[in-house]
Amino acid sequence: MPGVPNTHILSVLVQNKPGVLARISSLIARRGFNIESLAVGPTESPEMSRITLQVNVEDVVLEQIIKQLNKLIEVLKIVELEESAIRRELVLVKVKATAETRGQLIEIIGLFGAKAVDLTAEVITVEATGSPAKLDALLQLFEPYGIRELVQSGLVALGRGNRSLTDRNQRSERLKAVRA
Amino acid sequence: MSDNDSADELTGAQSLVRSLERVGADVVFGIPGGAILPAYDPLFDSDKVRHILVRHEQGAGHAAEGYAAATGRVGVCMATSGPGATNLVTPIADAHMDSVPIVAITGQVGSAAIGTDAFQEADIRGITMPITKHSYLITKPADIAPAIAAAFHIAGTGRPGPVLVDITKDALQARTRFQWPRQLDLPGYRPVIKPHGKQVREAGRLIGESRRPVLYVGGGVVRARAWSELKELAELTGIPVITTLMARGVFPDSHPQNMGMPGMHGTVAAVGALQRSDLLIALGTRFDDRVTGQLSSFAPLAKVIHADIDPAEISKNRVADVPIVGDCKEVISELISLLSPPERRPNVDEWMRYLQDLKRRYPTGYDEPADGSLSPQHVIKRIGEITGPDAYYAAGVGQHQMWASHYLPWELPGRWLNSGGLGTMGYCVPAAMGAKVGQPDKIVWGIDGDGCFQMTNQELATCALEGIPIKIAVINNQSLGMVRQWQTLFYQGRYSNTDLNTNRIPDFPKLAEAMGCVGLRAEEPGDVDAVIEKANSINDVPVVVDFVVHKDAMVWPMVAAGTSNDDIKVARDMAPAWEQEEL
Repeated sequence: MPGVPNTHILSVLVQNKPGVLARISSLIARRGFNIESLAVGPTESPEMSRITLQVNVEDVVLEQIIKQLNKLIEVLKIVELEESAIRRELVLVKVKATAETRGQLIEIIGLFGAKAVDLTAEVITVEATGSPAKLDALLQLFEPYGIRELVQSGLVALGRGNRSLTDRNQRSERLKAVRA
Repeated sequence: MSDNDSADELTGAQSLVRSLERVGADVVFGIPGGAILPAYDPLFDSDKVRHILVRHEQGAGHAAEGYAAATGRVGVCMATSGPGATNLVTPIADAHMDSVPIVAITGQVGSAAIGTDAFQEADIRGITMPITKHSYLITKPADIAPAIAAAFHIAGTGRPGPVLVDITKDALQARTRFQWPRQLDLPGYRPVIKPHGKQVREAGRLIGESRRPVLYVGGGVVRARAWSELKELAELTGIPVITTLMARGVFPDSHPQNMGMPGMHGTVAAVGALQRSDLLIALGTRFDDRVTGQLSSFAPLAKVIHADIDPAEISKNRVADVPIVGDCKEVISELISLLSPPERRPNVDEWMRYLQDLKRRYPTGYDEPADGSLSPQHVIKRIGEITGPDAYYAAGVGQHQMWASHYLPWELPGRWLNSGGLGTMGYCVPAAMGAKVGQPDKIVWGIDGDGCFQMTNQELATCALEGIPIKIAVINNQSLGMVRQWQTLFYQGRYSNTDLNTNRIPDFPKLAEAMGCVGLRAEEPGDVDAVIEKANSINDVPVVVDFVVHKDAMVWPMVAAGTSNDDIKVARDMAPAWEQEEL
């Protein structure tokens, strides 16, 4: 049953040990899984790191990704976040700014809740965070002025509500329950 | 001195040897070298761990696999850094594919030199990351004991597999206090052993309703040592059984319910059973491409119950209707109790009659060569008949492997060692060596090809010196036979680089004798029995028999790569007649 690719966000809790990221990226490369974004960082506990993976795949492939990742000894838990999860990216961007355009740019920056973090006679460097859609919109507005340089973080995400990742069922267990 | 901890300080190397003793590793196959050298000093003194000095690290790895397969325990191999470690890559990959529990211990350059391209440095943990179940790089002596404890636990539990422990030279040399971990720190490793009750009940219901069920049994049932449970389930329900290449012997071939091996070189009855089945009960098997052929036309009418200890195998290639995660021993036991009431069992009489008829009409067979030369199938068959089903049989990879699977007497479980997933030529001799070390009172025959044999035969010197009297049959067709068969069938008989000219170069009996073995040869059909009997009568040194066989013999039946199982041929251009098509 070939399915339609969909975007999924996986939160992966891993033991904070050397080589964990290498294991995960090597697994993803070896099995031919396509990932759109990967972000890794510390968590509330020093023993754990949290990896946020964004993938655009069919459900069958998603199930394989989760199962294969779960086989890694240092992977503690994998949860697929809901559509409603809070998703954020960070972008740093250098936009060309002349004396005439600077005012317009500062207005855009203000509207998007972004920040001008550096300013020269020729460019303005902007820091912005937000959902991928919001950042796309911002960058589109900057485009006509000329983007000199741009760096973007991977996506990080948290589910809404009281519960933390450690309270929740694994996606693979949920899949099993659905099938049964 | 307390067994657990010692107040006295010892080196990391001593800690390693004490850890090996602690986990009950009685044999290590290996070769020393610079970085691992500190470990070899205390190993010299151990009276619990026997070190067998091999001639090539690949041999150490396959020997550890052979030992593990023949005993059900974790096999151990050891090598130094750099080339020593990289020579282990092939057996590690092999063990990963076939779920063989081994622990590979490698020396690494000093921790300060890591990353500097030091002499004999290789990032073996990085190299083996995709082919190990888990791996460790140890740089502190205190971490050695916990790593060895965890490595053996991970290798031998759940879905078994290879674990690498890479230890830097300075960690082996530095002093530490031996502390055996009271519990393992593996929060992310919880293999599911006991299956979900609801899933098993659903499986039981599907089995009860089925009309053409098949027990599709793989190597997982061997690893789970669940052969008595399997026999009980099969006999209770009367459901036909097929055993994959990895599972040969787990259910007796002589049993009327056994339809043989499925797959590219499977029997017509086994392939036919899959293609016409309405329910596959897949146990510890992974729907490998060599079994399914073209996936889209594989077992098109069947629902699938798939039980495996590795959840990632379930629905990987073929979507399962009833997935069951668990150890096959547990799964089968639960199915037995569910299906005990007669009214819950399917009626398979008509189905069984159909398959029995297929089995009768299309037995695996072969023609004797017209020119009076030796047929390889006959040689292998006679080795099995004369030696009997209680021996251990290892094979290389290729035609002789398929014939060994077809013609040896598969009556007892766990007797068959071969490289199924990776298809490693050169597996046979060292694996047979490892099996003999694990089962010293049993006869161990290696059925090898002349191509395979030339890859790893140097371990015969190890066998001769260490008192490991294995027997190797070189099925010498003077060519890379399986590749030649494909050239015959698919490359218009253009035999590019498959002729090994192994008529007299090397002279296998002389080569055997040079390594301290007895070398024998059989060239005429009349020689075969006498030579096998002679080989079986020699129990103090290894024996190599050069069976000079017909080079054009082919493995049949065959499903050509990438085609449907429905297109199985019993001989060149000969398809079976599927009578009683509608059941």
